[in-house]
Amino acid sequence: MKDIIINTSWCKGCGICVALCPRNVLKLNEETVEVADNESCIGCRQCEYHCPDFAIRIGEEDV
Amino acid sequence: MKDNLYEKYLVDSAMPTMWCPGCGNGIVLQSIIRAVDELGLDQDRTVFVSGIGCSSRAVNYLNFDCMHTNHGRAIAFATGIKMSDPDLKVIVLTGDGDCASIGGNHLIHACRRNIDLTVICMNNSNYGMTGGQFSPTTPLGSQTKTSVYGSYEPPFDLCELTASAGATYVARAATYLPVQMKEMIKKAIMHHGLSFVDCASDCPSLFGRLNRRGDAGQMMLGWKDRLVSVKQAETMSREDLEGKVVWGEFVNSSERIEYTDVYRQNIARAKESVNG
Repeated sequence: MKDIIINTSWCKGCGICVALCPRNVLKLNEETVEVADNESCIGCRQCEYHCPDFAIRIGEEDV
Repeated sequence: MKDNLYEKYLVDSAMPTMWCPGCGNGIVLQSIIRAVDELGLDQDRTVFVSGIGCSSRAVNYLNFDCMHTNHGRAIAFATGIKMSDPDLKVIVLTGDGDCASIGGNHLIHACRRNIDLTVICMNNSNYGMTGGQFSPTTPLGSQTKTSVYGSYEPPFDLCELTASAGATYVARAATYLPVQMKEMIKKAIMHHGLSFVDCASDCPSLFGRLNRRGDAGQMMLGWKDRLVSVKQAETMSREDLEGKVVWGEFVNSSERIEYTDVYRQNIARAKESVNG
């Protein structure tokens, strides 16, 4: 399981990470993104690299 | 040293960015930060220069020496900085309107001189900050606020333009491929001579909305069908390439002499002639 760090004060809820995630790990709530299924994360970092607001980071090590 | 990349290179008090949700500029900025970090550039010896527009706001978030200049004149100011201290790394952040329209003249002349600047163009195909008017890179037939029946001006291919004007590193990246974008930016920064990276990007709140491309996520996924690599493009016909965006390296040459080198040679010759 990967450590998904979301900076909710920077996230604008654009949904790019949700659209790109191959395992449906993330979902949008009313304003920002949140982790829906942390177990499924494979650590591909598509969400991190595509986030226009620097709001997601995936931790280096498994937790 | 701060271990978090964003803490090190972004100005915390300026965040979050002023860009609309899903704007590609943030993805380009992130690739730049990663490229700068991997190259280990000195924050005190790297200068970012920008003009006016959404893209040019990027310098406000960077923890480097930055200069936010007049519309279209970023390359002119950057040329001055580079000439005064040729050992600085000077990186220009600009947009399609800023560098190809208002600053088009500065762009082609910087390419002609082959001065050692890195020009990174965040190309979102319209003027976002002023409300979505068509720009010199708006694809033919696209809806914008000033072309409600479809854009009727043929667009510039910025890579062809800069390559023919004399730039010695020319590449096109896309926000859909941020890792490849980072690698191209790294090469561009290390290249000695004018390097130009055209970053194909999205404007979901204006261009995307007016052209019914869906939300930011759908626009991002839409790139999958439109992006064609340089290698793939070689085997495709002109008709097949219609509506596609070719990404990759177009020019990477060290044949032409760099401008500050020529200038230094000239100074040496002048000194020689005076001293006899």
